[in-house]
Amino acid sequence: MSNTIKRKAILTGAHFMNGDFACAEGAIVAGCRFFAGYPITPATEIAERLAERMPEVGGIYIQMEDEIASIAAVIGASYAGLKAMTATSGPGFSLMQENIGLAVMTETPCVIVDVMRGGPSTGQPTLPGQQDVMQAKWGSHGDYEIIALSPSSVQEMFDLTVEAFNLSEIYRVPTILLADEVVGHMWEKVVIPPPENLKIVNRKRPNVPPEKYLPFMPDDDLVPPMACFGEGFAFHATGLTHDEHGYPQTQSSEVQERLVRRLCDKIRKSADKIVKVEEVMLEDADVVVIAYGIVARAALSAVRKARAEGIKAGLLRPITLWPFPEKHVEKVARKAKKIVVAEMNCGQIVREVQRAAKETPVMFLPKLGEDPHTPMEILEGIRRNKP
Amino acid sequence: MTTEIEHPLSKYLRKAMMPHIWCSGCGNGIILNCFVQAVNELQMDLDKLVVVSGIGCIGRAAGYINTSSFHTTHGRPIALATGVKLANPNLEVVVISGDGDLFAIGGNHFIHAARRNIGVKVICANNFNYGMTGGQQGPTTPLEALTTTTPYGNIEHPFNLVHLAAASGATYVARWTTLHVRRLTQSIKRLLQKEGFGFIEVVSPCPEIFGRHNKMRTGLEMMEWFRRSSVVENFSDPSKAEITPERIVVGEFVNIDKISYERLLHEKIAHINEEKMWR
Repeated sequence: MSNTIKRKAILTGAHFMNGDFACAEGAIVAGCRFFAGYPITPATEIAERLAERMPEVGGIYIQMEDEIASIAAVIGASYAGLKAMTATSGPGFSLMQENIGLAVMTETPCVIVDVMRGGPSTGQPTLPGQQDVMQAKWGSHGDYEIIALSPSSVQEMFDLTVEAFNLSEIYRVPTILLADEVVGHMWEKVVIPPPENLKIVNRKRPNVPPEKYLPFMPDDDLVPPMACFGEGFAFHATGLTHDEHGYPQTQSSEVQERLVRRLCDKIRKSADKIVKVEEVMLEDADVVVIAYGIVARAALSAVRKARAEGIKAGLLRPITLWPFPEKHVEKVARKAKKIVVAEMNCGQIVREVQRAAKETPVMFLPKLGEDPHTPMEILEGIRRNKP
Repeated sequence: MTTEIEHPLSKYLRKAMMPHIWCSGCGNGIILNCFVQAVNELQMDLDKLVVVSGIGCIGRAAGYINTSSFHTTHGRPIALATGVKLANPNLEVVVISGDGDLFAIGGNHFIHAARRNIGVKVICANNFNYGMTGGQQGPTTPLEALTTTTPYGNIEHPFNLVHLAAASGATYVARWTTLHVRRLTQSIKRLLQKEGFGFIEVVSPCPEIFGRHNKMRTGLEMMEWFRRSSVVENFSDPSKAEITPERIVVGEFVNIDKISYERLLHEKIAHINEEKMWR
């Protein structure tokens, strides 16, 4: 039976599927064997696909009673040794925030997919939005750093889901796939590579015997090796501030300083390794468009049209939203005369861009409602800002 | 000259975490003692035991027991334990938490875990109030009881936890007080040997925070209430198992056999893969 399971796990080849399905396949390829979720538009298709696929690969699918339970079960499964994921949209993402903080504090590798719809509140369930970008970074209380990736295509729903698992395993941090409704629901070609062309990373394991194991003692990369429940290590994990033994230290400001700084620094100091962007025609660009997710597809088209009109336009597409690619923005801002930011909200990433761009003027193209920006809308923005 | 001898149960405790945080007269130590006694008598493999707790005084128990343990967010231990149990069904997963954690903020997870019959064992310390935050009214506070948030007497009807557990589908349901140490220990042993979801409510004294407002200033006075009022009525109707100043109905209310969620799930997975190979 093991051969059958192996063959079915990676559906190598070209497929025509929607973004949610591609995300589900990416999870299985990455080694995810536990999914807990709760139905919500427009992420439900991820759960439906995994309800069918997980048993085929010997994995667990469970529909929990709500999103709070879903993320809690994901954390438990990860501590019991399985790569684990949940998928939701804005309202469910809001419910998950407290336990995302627990995952940060207990350094739990896990992936949370948020297929963004229009908010606030119930908002517009079937329509796209990019309104959860700041929530992804700041949604849980306390100081922390997190990783969030933004797919622009169905292919990237697959690729970046694999990447999200790899990053969460490397840094022991909850990693968020911040998709939008259009990318989740549209159908495109997806190529799933053969196993030998896939890079799959697993968490660091302890290389000391149980009696010497300190569950929260980091290596030089600031990430502690992770033992799992049932392996004889008998360790304690808590959402309370804790020392390297995992024991609560609720009165020590020294331990609080050491722990919280490390949780932030393990991501901040590795930002150059984590951050990915797509750069198109930036070398001589006077006007740089910054867009992500589905909006970046229209932005690319607009940049090409602008070039055809003789405007030196370029595109900077953050693939990693958190940590924010501020060095890339700083670099383009030094040469560009204007920056145009297009996103489907009232102004979220644009603030990060303004902070990194310093004196370079930033023009903002917000959009809310049914359709993402059209290429013409972004082209108009470029035209208005040409030197 | 004195010689120190090791307590026979000390291997079950994390000595580095002592002293514990509990007040004098608190029942949590008795519950912890009965639990490790049961684990000891069953000779359980500690490498396969995972204790999960939520927030509250008894929530610290997970850290005190020398086994794999997880101290979760408020109300979520059962949901997290569900993930642990499904990911590795060979683990024995026990939730030890309080009435506020399990039945106010976490009530939804309790009823759904019982409905699914997930193999998680829940031990609830019911001290009738929120002790950790200084004694507020909770889902088990008796009518008319005085707490810091019911200064004129509680007007909310309390949950009957054993009735709730039985109605939600638990395969094992019992209630004891911390006075019933031998019965509680034996009951925990039976709980740990059940397949599926099981539940024990332990009525526990909280003299410092709850009792002081309700004419029971010491642990002894609270234990005296338990002694005076407890009646053992095994397999009686849990819907009639009251907790009043005059009468605390204790005993084993449910002990049935029902296939667990995780066994159904893994049988299903095996079946699906056999079928697909046939095609």
